[in-house]
Amino acid sequence: MSASTARPFHTTPLARLGWLALALYLLWAMSSLDFNLARFIIGLDNGAKFIARMFPPNFERWDLLVKGLTESLQMAFLASFLGTLISLPLGLLAARNLLPRVITWPVRIVIIGCRSFHPVIVAIICVKAVGFGALAGIIALTVASVGFVGKLFTEAIEEISMKQIEAVRATGASFMNVVIFGVMPQVMFRFIGFAAYETDANLRNSTMVGIVGAGGIGGTLFAAFQRFDYDYVFAIVLSIIALIMVGEVLQIWLKKVFRQ
Amino acid sequence: MTSGATPLSAAARPGTGDTWQRFTLAEKLARFSVYIAIVAAVGWAAHSVEIIVEFIWDAPEQIADMGRRMWPIPWGFYPRGIHAALIETLNIAAVSTLLGVLMAVPVGFLAARNATPNRLINTIARFILVSTRSINTLLWALFFVAVFGPGALAGTLAIAFHSIGFIGKLFSEAVEDAHRGSIEALSAVGAPKLALIQYAYWPQVKPSFWSIALFRWDINVRESAVLGLVGAGGIGMALDTAINLFQWDRVALILATIFGVVIVAEMLVTEIRKRII
Amino acid sequence: MLSIKHLVQQYVPGKPVLRDISLDIEGADITAIIGPSGTGKSTLIRCINRLVEPTSGAILFEGRDMVKLSGSELRQARSRIGMVFQEYNLVERLSVMENLLTGCLGKTPAWKALLRKFEPEDIRGAWEMLEVVGLTGFANARADSLSGGQRQRVGISRAVMQHPALLLADEPTSSLDPKTSVEIMELLTRVATSKNIPVIINMHDVELAKRFANRIIGMAGGTVVYDGPPSGLDDDILKQIYGGESWLH
Repeated sequence: MSASTARPFHTTPLARLGWLALALYLLWAMSSLDFNLARFIIGLDNGAKFIARMFPPNFERWDLLVKGLTESLQMAFLASFLGTLISLPLGLLAARNLLPRVITWPVRIVIIGCRSFHPVIVAIICVKAVGFGALAGIIALTVASVGFVGKLFTEAIEEISMKQIEAVRATGASFMNVVIFGVMPQVMFRFIGFAAYETDANLRNSTMVGIVGAGGIGGTLFAAFQRFDYDYVFAIVLSIIALIMVGEVLQIWLKKVFRQ
Repeated sequence: MTSGATPLSAAARPGTGDTWQRFTLAEKLARFSVYIAIVAAVGWAAHSVEIIVEFIWDAPEQIADMGRRMWPIPWGFYPRGIHAALIETLNIAAVSTLLGVLMAVPVGFLAARNATPNRLINTIARFILVSTRSINTLLWALFFVAVFGPGALAGTLAIAFHSIGFIGKLFSEAVEDAHRGSIEALSAVGAPKLALIQYAYWPQVKPSFWSIALFRWDINVRESAVLGLVGAGGIGMALDTAINLFQWDRVALILATIFGVVIVAEMLVTEIRKRII
Repeated sequence: MLSIKHLVQQYVPGKPVLRDISLDIEGADITAIIGPSGTGKSTLIRCINRLVEPTSGAILFEGRDMVKLSGSELRQARSRIGMVFQEYNLVERLSVMENLLTGCLGKTPAWKALLRKFEPEDIRGAWEMLEVVGLTGFANARADSLSGGQRQRVGISRAVMQHPALLLADEPTSSLDPKTSVEIMELLTRVATSKNIPVIINMHDVELAKRFANRIIGMAGGTVVYDGPPSGLDDDILKQIYGGESWLH
């Protein structure tokens, strides 16, 4: 890497050109998106009316709400668990510092494939394959998890100190033993962090895949929206936020327990 | 001899003769209970989820059917039906990232405990970050479509608002990681807040800032592809149409396009990362 | 028991680091390899247990050619060779005890390694080793909480836990202060002699080498230029190895 590219934001003529190009592109993009001040102002008025209709939040049909939330929670849990379980060996097999190209290449492609599509898109396909309901959602979220955690895990493994690995290898340890005693200790802490983050992400995503029929509170939400029950919508949104906040608190606590 | 660790007393030795324990009893119990809790949670989740077995048996047939319908991929449809939508999708991704960043940075600052000592403002800012992140892009999109009508405006705002939480959280963490040294030095000479931000905080968080913005752009490219499912512009609308009309081959084309775009975006991000960070 | 025949190693074709090295190790000698940096000392040591792949030649260890081994045979041979590293190469996040038990991984099945279920005699051996190196109270301390000297003692213990037939040490004292270096060399040589294991040590400190080794191999430019007792190391030979006069006095 030459000196000029090694220093961040060194303003070579090339870099300046790059910034200019970016700025021009953004301007062009904004204009092509047809933003129209008049529309915007009408929209603001609309928005005000809208928000007025959301207050106060309507918790009357709370049993349906709880059912939907519970299903979302279950989906998030299962997807995180399965996703993490699968990412562990998969991420390992994709590590270029441990295994030859023949193995890492196809595995990396699988992981990239899992990550390329938005969970909602994957959910659509899953709904077609296994029908409506939570199963489709779980599969979709698992795929997304594998893509995310798998990639981060592989990157973590590729950053470890090979000196420690060298020493374990020198004792005549088998590949698995090298992994258990040399690789795992270096990356386990980060892996748990990824898993925790992904559980949080799944919780958020699980509230969404219901829009395409893959289970969870997303379906309830979408239906309420289409019926113009905006106060019910608001109630659901508040519950989702509350749920996620609880999840975050739990995450922090869990990390403390597993601090190695 | 200097040493970082202190030896345990004879009484605290974790084993003698031919036994050895890595963890104390208390530690073991704590770890064990977490394992049990996880197993219990998963068990509960698996038990209550409704799985209709017939659908599972049917799945291979369904997938095969879908596969058959997806082939051959009608590449010819691309220029007329997809290209414009794709460009719109990319534009949405770019502009919404810009907007999101603009909105997130001040909130991120306000949420950082070292930059903003006022606890109340901290908490409010953090609450904003959590809530915007908890409401999915699609949900934001539903809202904005109802307010501004269908189209790219709704989609851009949706992604932008959803990004606030994500960008803001990572950004505030970066600010909290900043070294106190230069900040203290500048405030000691009485520099106003704005100067403090510009000369003490900003240089330190700049690399993280760009890294976060790049990361979010990458994700937003994916997000903008599905907005159309609820009418908020982009290639999702073509996708929605194709699915509703059961034109699975066109669905395949759109998926392939999305895949290609995502790969290119990833490569771009990796290249830029190498040069800038 | 170790016989190196015509060993050649080149990382880059055309620029050999080791040119036709032939050596024999018999008995329980303490052999020190000295020479300037870049002359292939480290490469030579690492070729013996194939952490570096030799380009050509044979390395006969306990009657088998290391170069030709692969898979479980190579692992088996490696478990008979203990190695101590310049930067200790401990698994930082594991405890001292776990680092010692790493030496037993060659014969431990994966599931047992995962659950840390080692044989009682291995654990007993580990406790004994900890006594010998004076680290008994540190069994559950994390490796990265130890000082350099302490870490190298763990490193030596790990190698000895393998019950090896040969000990290799790649600049074991280069990262340590002079006093600790002497302590480590004393420990290494004492342990090796008491268990009757030959040791091959890479070092750059000639005085240390003369003090502790009973056989010195001097390398220069990828070949062996001296092979004999420390007493035979006069200034002429040292000049031949290292070149230049000024550093000698």
